[in-house]
Amino acid sequence: MLTLSHVYVALGAVFFAAAIFNLRERRWAAAGFWAILGLAFVTGDAILAADKAGEAWPAQAMGLGVIALAVLAALSARARARRPPAAEPEAVIAGRERSAARLGNWLFVPALAIPGGMIAIVLVAPALAWRGQPVIEPSQLALIALGVAAVIALIAALALTRSRPMHGLAEARRLLDTIGWAVILPMMLATLGAVFKDTHVGDAIARLVGAVIPTDNRAACIVAYGVGMIVFTIIMGNAFAAFPVMTAGIGLPLLVGVHHADPAALGAIGMLTGYCGTLVTPMAANFNIVPVLLLELDSEYSVIRQQWPTAVVLAVFNVILMIAVL
Amino acid sequence: MTYAPLIGVAVVVAGFAWKRNPVLVVVLAGIASGLAAGKAPGELLAMLGKGFVANRSLMLFAVTFPVIGVLERAGLRERARAWIAGFARLTLARLLIVYLAARQIVSALGLTHIAGQPQTVRPLLAPMSEATAARANGALSAGERDRVRALAAATDNIGLFFGEDIFLAFGAVLLIKGFYDTQGLAIDPTRISRWAIPTALAAFVIHAARIAWFARRRRDRSGGGPC
Repeated sequence: MLTLSHVYVALGAVFFAAAIFNLRERRWAAAGFWAILGLAFVTGDAILAADKAGEAWPAQAMGLGVIALAVLAALSARARARRPPAAEPEAVIAGRERSAARLGNWLFVPALAIPGGMIAIVLVAPALAWRGQPVIEPSQLALIALGVAAVIALIAALALTRSRPMHGLAEARRLLDTIGWAVILPMMLATLGAVFKDTHVGDAIARLVGAVIPTDNRAACIVAYGVGMIVFTIIMGNAFAAFPVMTAGIGLPLLVGVHHADPAALGAIGMLTGYCGTLVTPMAANFNIVPVLLLELDSEYSVIRQQWPTAVVLAVFNVILMIAVL
Repeated sequence: MTYAPLIGVAVVVAGFAWKRNPVLVVVLAGIASGLAAGKAPGELLAMLGKGFVANRSLMLFAVTFPVIGVLERAGLRERARAWIAGFARLTLARLLIVYLAARQIVSALGLTHIAGQPQTVRPLLAPMSEATAARANGALSAGERDRVRALAAATDNIGLFFGEDIFLAFGAVLLIKGFYDTQGLAIDPTRISRWAIPTALAAFVIHAARIAWFARRRRDRSGGGPC
């Protein structure tokens, strides 16, 4: 049976390849960074299994790895600032133009094979079984389908462009180094969320907020809930971390408990109000910083600048909607 | 329970204010909160390691990097630009508004990974946006080019965020339901996803209006034809 572990191991191999390319160019910090990340992906399932069995050292070793990743991230960012990548030579650009003219619309086929393959696999996989077992693990179907579709698309792209598999790894490394440290920020924030949960940071925040708002005023509670979702999302970089804190602290005791709000509407609109915070925080690196690097934009805040007006108007809409329907 | 673990939030805010590397700041914040809560160093390390590998799915988007990289080297972005220029009546505003609607609908069907910054915005949507903008107003200045690219990236984010919550099996709906379960409240998940629809519609209207406004302002500034 094909599981998410296989996809993680394949991705780990790509990270190891990026480490080797950097090692050969004596970019030590970047090489160490990708090597540790590769290790985390390849050994991740073993670490989780050992932890469940009560064996703590593999998770602790990975904890040291996480700290090392953070230090290497800062170091490689500084190294890159000192040694910015060279501009592309004219010949490379001209070569791409020629290749684009020669291959024409065929270039879109492998690119569209990712979404197309994904849909096909998601639709077909439930019917596929081998020796009484599903071929693809059903609970993670969409994510595994993404991995399989990416491999199929890669094979098509290599055949179309007559490239060798090594080119795939070299190009993946180029993109990974373009993004650099920002690639792991979402995982780091999720880890921080887990630590905050274990140390009851959320309860403390909820108690503080609960102590300062006039609890008998329904509208004030709703505004506090909405603003709390946005602010905590900005700090944590994602609304999933803010939701349990704000809903346990204000939503359930005050809005549902005292003011009889509908919990389904509260949850849905509250979460989407948090998303307005995601649109304006650089902590949401995969949405707001990764595109800055991928599109070679001038300022870290370029994407946020295009998003904040939508976020503000939508947040106001959400709060008014909550006051109207809750 | 004490307020001591809040030190982690303070570390994030301070790191942000002093513009330190966010990854470093986030790890320091975790360590600070853990120590303030009286966790033993061994326990804290295990927490960090376990939390990190348990969230590997957040990096799955990188599986598309080899194929996107190979296609880019073969001229995918150049081809996207040339292809879109062949549609004489396609404007920047129409392109981005159609993309916004499509992204919201497809995300609402649960296919959130089908598009994204590395797999569609960088190789396809950004060059197409530049091509339509340049056709209307002539060559773009560096600043204008950056703003058009950033708007394309923003449009993908907004389409994703305000479409995905309508899908039943999406993480957010399950998280909301799971949270209420732990609080002893049984909620029908279809009611949660239905309540995501008004905000989804509002997000489309607001952002589509902003795209149209962006295109119009560019046209007015350059005094050119329709954009």
